[in-house]
Amino acid sequence: MTLIATESLTKTYGGRVTALADLTVSVEPGIIGLVGANGAGKSTLIKILLGLLPPTSGRVSVLGLDPTTAPAAVRARVGYMPEHDALPPDLSAAELVTHLGRISGLPRTVARERASEALRHVGLYEERYRPVGGYSTGMKQRVKLAQALVHDPDLLLLDEPTNGLDPAGRDAMLALIQRIGTEFGISVLVCSHLLGEVERICDTLVAIDGGRLLRADRIAAMTSATDVLAVEVSEGTDDLAARLAALDLPVAREGRLLLVPLADDATYDLILGAVAELDLPLHRLDQRRHRVAELFATREPSHV
Amino acid sequence: MSEPTGVIHDIGYQRYTGPRLGRRHVFGALYLHGLRTVFGLGRTAKAKIFPWLVVGIVTLVAAGITAVRSQIGEVVMTYAQFADSMSWLVIFFVAVAAPELVSRDLRSGVLPLYFSRPLPRDDYPLAKLLALVSAIWLLLGGPQLVMFLGAAFTTDKGMSGVWDELLDLLPGLLYAGLWAAVFASIGLLVASLTGKRAFAAGGIVAVFLMTTPIVGTLSILPSRTINELAFLASPSTLVGGVGTWALGDLLVPEGRGGGVPIGDFGPVYGVAAVLLVAACVALLLLRYRKVAAR
Repeated sequence: MTLIATESLTKTYGGRVTALADLTVSVEPGIIGLVGANGAGKSTLIKILLGLLPPTSGRVSVLGLDPTTAPAAVRARVGYMPEHDALPPDLSAAELVTHLGRISGLPRTVARERASEALRHVGLYEERYRPVGGYSTGMKQRVKLAQALVHDPDLLLLDEPTNGLDPAGRDAMLALIQRIGTEFGISVLVCSHLLGEVERICDTLVAIDGGRLLRADRIAAMTSATDVLAVEVSEGTDDLAARLAALDLPVAREGRLLLVPLADDATYDLILGAVAELDLPLHRLDQRRHRVAELFATREPSHV
Repeated sequence: MSEPTGVIHDIGYQRYTGPRLGRRHVFGALYLHGLRTVFGLGRTAKAKIFPWLVVGIVTLVAAGITAVRSQIGEVVMTYAQFADSMSWLVIFFVAVAAPELVSRDLRSGVLPLYFSRPLPRDDYPLAKLLALVSAIWLLLGGPQLVMFLGAAFTTDKGMSGVWDELLDLLPGLLYAGLWAAVFASIGLLVASLTGKRAFAAGGIVAVFLMTTPIVGTLSILPSRTINELAFLASPSTLVGGVGTWALGDLLVPEGRGGGVPIGDFGPVYGVAAVLLVAACVALLLLRYRKVAAR
């Protein structure tokens, strides 16, 4: 089943500002990353998927339904986490999520049960009875995620879920999203302007820029190249490069780093052996995936 | 083999396969939530002070009227007059309740969470409006019920006295409904324009109070027609005019004077009140069409 499909989707505001231009994309269930710079049209696309904005032209379908003609049916099966602050400060998280669960059509007692469950899944326990106004940004983001989850949707639309979070908070949020996508069996569309962030958890990546599709593909297809090891020594970088080349390892220089493709675990031993033999101070040795960013690196400057 | 009992398991995420209620229930949930909000139920103690102060005052006034009537046997105030004389209090009640209902939602940005759910766009403002209308009606109707009960238990004409009293009460409750509809629709429309509660409250009071001098000016102009139509200019006097026309001596007992001198323009007042409420509701829905797409 196709999760989301658009066909020549175009949205212009007032006939002048083009938010989406001839966007044709189709994605399968899973965790989908929607990346693009600010103003690339991500939020507009989400609003069209929710049936809140009518597209200027083109077709769109979500979970096999058309949000322009059956918005209520789509929204009943979709959970939405907005980008901006969206929580009334004087209500407690438990009350708010329960209330919103009822607005999604859950019976009263079910709404209360599922609200505590959803809050527990996002990691809010006793705090949920306190007014939201006193929460940290990380807790507020969790409440926003819980309210999107309370009515058990088949698809979550998350608009910049890591906004305003510190590095630890970002990691926790991303881990949570990954868990929702894999363990809970709910498809997730994660919007972000940070490619490095979403590429860690997505299985499909859709990149848009200026309302146009840059690329949409399974992430496995994008990062099919093997992993590389990054080696940094405090001195004697050239000597080490020569030594590794002599060991038939295809070494590449990147600033102070030496990049060596990782064939198997033996590669580690070869590098460590070479460093020990030359008696060089090893600064670091770590594994690096090919960044998806490299795939866009050549295209992005053309739009600046 | 069954699992041993007494062990706490992390049961993980549970999919929901139970019923999902339809539009009517969702509307009801939103309406009830609004009604509770107006009276500060389920909120902080601070939010309860003002609404219950107003409720206390109107109930006290009604109890006082009932007590005086039972002692000296004279009708101090008819049911409809009671609604009229409480209008100032109702204005302040609306000025606090309407921003509480809609402005705070605008400000906190919670609306996208409503409109991304299967809630039809117009249901949100309509549920809020209905909640405010009900709240004002309860505010004016409750004390009327107190007055009725007082009169019914002290009547010396038996069941026919109770029946007469009931026939007086029902138009009074209808009149309270008119007050509620007019004040709620104007108040909610004004409050929906801003997310700042203080501005919204000020705006509502201004709409009701600033229009009164216009009525005053028009009613002393040297033209009888203008004088008699002057009361259209302010919502409170407009409602008074409709009451004078529709209720007649129920609002103003014979020989007591008062009321609103509207001459033969009664139907005009009736039509104007209906148009005013309809226009406010239409503008409110229009306003939320714009808000929902944001």
